[in-house]
Amino acid sequence: MNQRLTSQFVRFSFSLLFSLGLSASGFGQADTSSKAVSAAPAASTAAAPAAGSGDPAAGEGIFKANCKSCHAIGEQVIGPALKDAHKRWPSKAAMANFIKYPQKTIDGGNAYAKGLYDKYKQYMPNHDFLQPADIDNVIAYIVRESENPTAAAPVAGANAAVAGSSTSEDDSSGLLAPVIGILLMTLVVVIILLVVVINLVSKILGNKQEELNEDDLDQIEGKIDWSVLFNHPLFKGVVAFVFVVIIGKTVFDQVYAVGIQQGYAPDQPIAFSHKLHAGMYEIDCNYCHTGVNRGKSATIPAANTCLNCHNVIKTESPEIKKIWRAVEKNQPIKWVRIHNLPDLAYFNHAQHVKVGGIECQKCHGPVQEMEVVQQFSPLTMGWCINCHRETVVKSGGNAYYDKMVEIHQTKYGTGKMKVEDIGGLECSKCHY
Amino acid sequence: MSKENNTIYWRGYEELSNDLEFVKNSEKEFNMPSEEEKNAAPDRRDFLKVMGFSVAAVSLAACEAPVKHAIPFLNKPEEYDPSIANYYASSFFDGGDYCSILVKTREGRPIKIEGNKLSSVTGGGTSVKTQASVLGLYDNNRFKNPRKGNADIEWSALDAEVKVALDAAKASGQTIYLVSGTNISPASNAAIASFIAAFGNVKHVQYDAYSAHGLLEACKEATGLRALPSYDFSKSKVVVSFGADFLGTWLSSTEYSRQFAKTRRVGPKNKEMSKLYAFESLMSQTGANADYRSSIRPSEKGLVMAALYNEIASATGAARLNSPAPKNNKWIKQAAQDLIAHRGSGLVVDGSNDKNLQKLALQINQMLGNLGSTVSFAAPSYIKKGDDAAMGGFVDALASGSAAAVMFMDCNPIYDHPRGAEIKASIGKTALSLSFAYAPDETSASCKLVAPNHYFLEAWGDAEPRKDCFSLVQPAISPIYKTRQAEESLMTWAGISGSYFDFVKGYWKTNLYPKQKLGYSNFKDFWNYSLHDGVFEVNGVNPRAVQNTVSAGDTTAIVSVPVVATSSLPEPNFSLSLSGLDAQITDSYKGGAAGFDLVVYEKVGMGSGAQANNPWLQEFPDPVTRACWENYLVIPMSLAKELGIKVTEGTTTKVTLKVGGKSVQVPALVQPGQQSNTLGIAIGFGRTETGKTGKGVGANVYPLIKLEGGVLNYSIANATVEKSTDEHRVAHVQTHHTVMGRPVIQETTLARYAKDEKDGRYFPKITTPNGEEPAKNFSLWFSDEVERAPNEMAKGPNKRPNHMWSMVVDLNTCFGCGACVMACTAENNVPVVGKEEVLNRREMHWIRIDRYYKSDMSKAKAEESGVGTIDMYGQMEVPSDDPEVVFQPLMCQHCNNAPCETVCPVLATTHSSEGLNQMTYNRCIGTRYCANNCPYKVRRFNWFSYPENSEFDYNVNNNLGKMVLNPDVTVRARGVMEKCSMCVQRIQEGKLYAKKESRRPVDGEIITACAQACPSEAITFGDMSNKESNIFKLLSEHKDGRAYTLLEEINTNPSIVYLTKVRNKA
Repeated sequence: MNQRLTSQFVRFSFSLLFSLGLSASGFGQADTSSKAVSAAPAASTAAAPAAGSGDPAAGEGIFKANCKSCHAIGEQVIGPALKDAHKRWPSKAAMANFIKYPQKTIDGGNAYAKGLYDKYKQYMPNHDFLQPADIDNVIAYIVRESENPTAAAPVAGANAAVAGSSTSEDDSSGLLAPVIGILLMTLVVVIILLVVVINLVSKILGNKQEELNEDDLDQIEGKIDWSVLFNHPLFKGVVAFVFVVIIGKTVFDQVYAVGIQQGYAPDQPIAFSHKLHAGMYEIDCNYCHTGVNRGKSATIPAANTCLNCHNVIKTESPEIKKIWRAVEKNQPIKWVRIHNLPDLAYFNHAQHVKVGGIECQKCHGPVQEMEVVQQFSPLTMGWCINCHRETVVKSGGNAYYDKMVEIHQTKYGTGKMKVEDIGGLECSKCHY
Repeated sequence: MSKENNTIYWRGYEELSNDLEFVKNSEKEFNMPSEEEKNAAPDRRDFLKVMGFSVAAVSLAACEAPVKHAIPFLNKPEEYDPSIANYYASSFFDGGDYCSILVKTREGRPIKIEGNKLSSVTGGGTSVKTQASVLGLYDNNRFKNPRKGNADIEWSALDAEVKVALDAAKASGQTIYLVSGTNISPASNAAIASFIAAFGNVKHVQYDAYSAHGLLEACKEATGLRALPSYDFSKSKVVVSFGADFLGTWLSSTEYSRQFAKTRRVGPKNKEMSKLYAFESLMSQTGANADYRSSIRPSEKGLVMAALYNEIASATGAARLNSPAPKNNKWIKQAAQDLIAHRGSGLVVDGSNDKNLQKLALQINQMLGNLGSTVSFAAPSYIKKGDDAAMGGFVDALASGSAAAVMFMDCNPIYDHPRGAEIKASIGKTALSLSFAYAPDETSASCKLVAPNHYFLEAWGDAEPRKDCFSLVQPAISPIYKTRQAEESLMTWAGISGSYFDFVKGYWKTNLYPKQKLGYSNFKDFWNYSLHDGVFEVNGVNPRAVQNTVSAGDTTAIVSVPVVATSSLPEPNFSLSLSGLDAQITDSYKGGAAGFDLVVYEKVGMGSGAQANNPWLQEFPDPVTRACWENYLVIPMSLAKELGIKVTEGTTTKVTLKVGGKSVQVPALVQPGQQSNTLGIAIGFGRTETGKTGKGVGANVYPLIKLEGGVLNYSIANATVEKSTDEHRVAHVQTHHTVMGRPVIQETTLARYAKDEKDGRYFPKITTPNGEEPAKNFSLWFSDEVERAPNEMAKGPNKRPNHMWSMVVDLNTCFGCGACVMACTAENNVPVVGKEEVLNRREMHWIRIDRYYKSDMSKAKAEESGVGTIDMYGQMEVPSDDPEVVFQPLMCQHCNNAPCETVCPVLATTHSSEGLNQMTYNRCIGTRYCANNCPYKVRRFNWFSYPENSEFDYNVNNNLGKMVLNPDVTVRARGVMEKCSMCVQRIQEGKLYAKKESRRPVDGEIITACAQACPSEAITFGDMSNKESNIFKLLSEHKDGRAYTLLEEINTNPSIVYLTKVRNKA
């Protein structure tokens, strides 16, 4: 209770100080972040058909989706560092062929490929699903990155999105409690001041007793009959009222907090670090949470996904051995579930990530900085609804929304619509 | 009762008799606690209970939230994603009821069965039994291990014991009997053939609980082939049915419903439809849908058929039969004239098991040139093969002790054969008796060994319901228990190595692959695509050549259906001799004898009783009687009066039925539409060896079936009925949820419709100072809202631009089978409440099919015949003997001006921008205002928590049974209201598929469970805001004609639109 009030007070003071000045920029941030979000996948899907040369921008997307889990430009991950890889290969065609069919190239007797195999003792999987243009683009990306490396941007972008959402949440988190707090504080200050003044006056007057008449003396020396005060119905009423209000507020807060597990960070059976995987190695969330673009659950990766990499990396780690043990015993790993939506609420990851283009961090927080994952958002209905009120539908490039965009365009002069504008607050969107 | 449209509809005799008890309860939406319940004051124990609960609640609240786990795969299969449904094509077959199906699995569990549109046999339709069969997989009562007596044993021990017994039988030369129901699986029959080859002296006896022996024998005599003809009702213009309930239970009724519905769609562009005559003894679904129905005495049936034959013979110049004229010859002449007028496109079918009558029916079809068009032997149907004589031979052999071993496969003759008791008594004489049952039944209880079979959803297999139309059965889940496929057991004992899967695949490679003309270049492709499609039709079209699929993951969205060109196949020679037939008919159909004729019939839900332990089926109300949870003797009103039986509020009296020296005590239920000497009772009940749900429900009447020369006869003369003193309550749902006498049924006849498309429609008017005005001009709601109703949208403005989900129900093609009810139950986790609660009017079905009887008297008739007003109303209330029947599916109407929404104090029911009336369970506090204010009485209240409640010990009360729950639909808690959601979970899923692929949903891709299940495609669901959608086109066509909404005068503007019933009469 105390913590809550103080934290609310602190939040309030901060927001009071900054919100007026910064709210505009805060919304600005939120806007830019959503723009960034919508732009990124668009870039990855746009295939640049520039034959021969390749488009590094398009290559970046392909690289991130297909190569990044094993390769980095500047350092060795599972496979070799790719800086200047194009210079190490005799020809670009050979390199492209290797990307497509590594094992064939190695077995076919290519000297450089054989050397790579001798060093790493592992075949890279086939990438025969990539179009020649895609491979050109990837190589172009490697060339660009080798010559002038760029800093990783998306994580910063995600942070901005998170920051944007948290400020906006504070703005709406109820102004009543902080106002009461301020009033109470002022009252306390006034009472202290009054007591001090009374004391001072009594002291000064006490020094000049002989100059005073009977009545005044009575006033100064006379004992206050506290029982009169305590028995006064008004006093009783006020005390009772304050008591009820405090108890009521406490009960309300406690009850409201039932089932809210914000900050819940249970110990997991395997000490998996998102900070290491998603943060340091920048492995795409999708690489492990494969369901996120397809269905309701983002899915926790199967043990075989872990072992894709960990059959060569850190195989001796006791934590990795736990995975092996699970596989050998044929007993799946029992992870502790962190995000527990009640059964009555339907949430679908694909709708939000694939269709809505929402960054994972928007709801899950800076996972890439979490050693142990915790529940970042309250997952309350108010929190969901709030986002549906603020978020602009990612309608660009999705023919499903064309009809609504057109209607909004004619009616409101803008094709931009919030989720709530197209029925995003309706009950049976989430409850059925 | 409904007194508009100049006609009167009634739902049961109770309504007409206006009993005090009925009137008192009929107007109540909910059955309130009885006085007893109310007066029970809280006592000390209640106080302690409340105290205990509060303490527990407080301590619980203080606890930490429980730790939940998330358990991923160790090695994730590629094709599988949690939360995304996979569909596996398979086939359902139970007692003649065949369906090609898609099994929907979620997280590896089959949860729903849908029709497979690629099958030319069932074309995507399903039956009640098919829809319910998914629950059988999760029957807690199933065998979990092989058994010897009452002890579980290992498979190896069982195999050893069986092998010894079989080898001994082989050495001794005595016969081994393999008894099964009709086996339509070519691979299974091949496996049995190899088993027979291994042991030599094996007899495979097939029988049907509801036999078609008579028809099969008649066909054999006519064509030399003992196989059923394929009927094509879609080509028929006149259908005459003699007790063949082809829209309900007769042979392949799912297939026939779809075909027949094609001939019943009328609109402005097509003002023709088929004409159906039904001559039957009991009111069946077919009779209920007939244009002309005549109730005949079973013992007169042969004479009636002979009379029809003679009428036609006179016209065609063929020899007449010398048989006496029946007493009741209603509609005979007219039917004959219609058949003669439509030669080649008429169809006469008979539902009896009498070879003579079947020959007569075939001969009539032959005379009229219907062979090769509506009746075809070119591609015969194999769904019933049972041989009554062979089965009788088996029972005799068993009794004489000449059978060395007996095995029962997919059958339960001790229960479902009239000589079951004899089998039970003599089964001990064999050295080996073995049952392959997947769950305990009467037969397995008497067998020494049980080698439990897989449930069909765990099994491999195939089916050939019609010649050259093959379909596959594939497992949708790994076996739950230590069961083994019956065929694999046979193979093991016969020493054939390999799995049955390899056997099926091998069978298809050698026998079916050479037949294929679909363009597959190798067997692998042929097999994989056949498995994907579920069907392989030799004369079909490759679906990949014509299909117009959307890659929505939903294979049900395939639009084109290959049609088998049966006409191109050669018809076998057909010749029948009717000499001596008249004498035989005269002999066996004397008619007019004293005493009662009993008809033993099959119910569309329960069927033969194989699925009796399925609580969904037990709670499924019979389409005609609308009663569930048992069987009963249907008696005519005259008998009820004679015996002094009064049926009030489901309370009736038990009667003792005696026939052929056997007797059963069953409740009596009054049923219109049968002659005063006719009684009826259904098979499928009275199971003694099954799970808790089915045990002892109703009475077993298989022993009553009469054996005539070894052939099963389902109509038995000389029955007697005695009233007992036992009162009994039948769970009867029709008079629940009343309609308060409003014109919800609107109907016309074809002749009148041809003149005026609006005929039969009711246009409510309100008298104003300026004269009468249409009621819809006066509304509590904004006119803007009015324009959002689908019927208005078809006329012009479109107020719901994104989606406007609506449904059209064609009363003309709804035959009342109830597949939709069962599909809805499975899709939406509708709880089973049990007989007591049904009696308390608390059934939970979200969709019900109301059945109305029509009164003979009408205002028009009264005017014509000069009957006075008082007399007219008096006569309206006299129940007619042959009432016309209308079925009306009723679910939440999703009113655009919903009365329920305006009264909810907590906004738990609201309207969506897509036209759905949403119900939010977590917000509902259970005031029940909404249900009280609902004019359609479609809201259901959860009086109890049904899961995890030992008072409702059905499927959701155990962990296995819960596996059937649809994870996308909330399981409702006690104290909340629920109702049809228009399958919002399916809508949301379909929209998401479209969004993920950056496109609009394709019409037909999103479809509700009821519409998907409907065998006759009576329900059209779709998006009115899509002008290309079927529903938009359909409503545009009917908007000024047949389309009407229920209770138009109260301006609720429902999203469900009905099309008037049109009967093909003058």
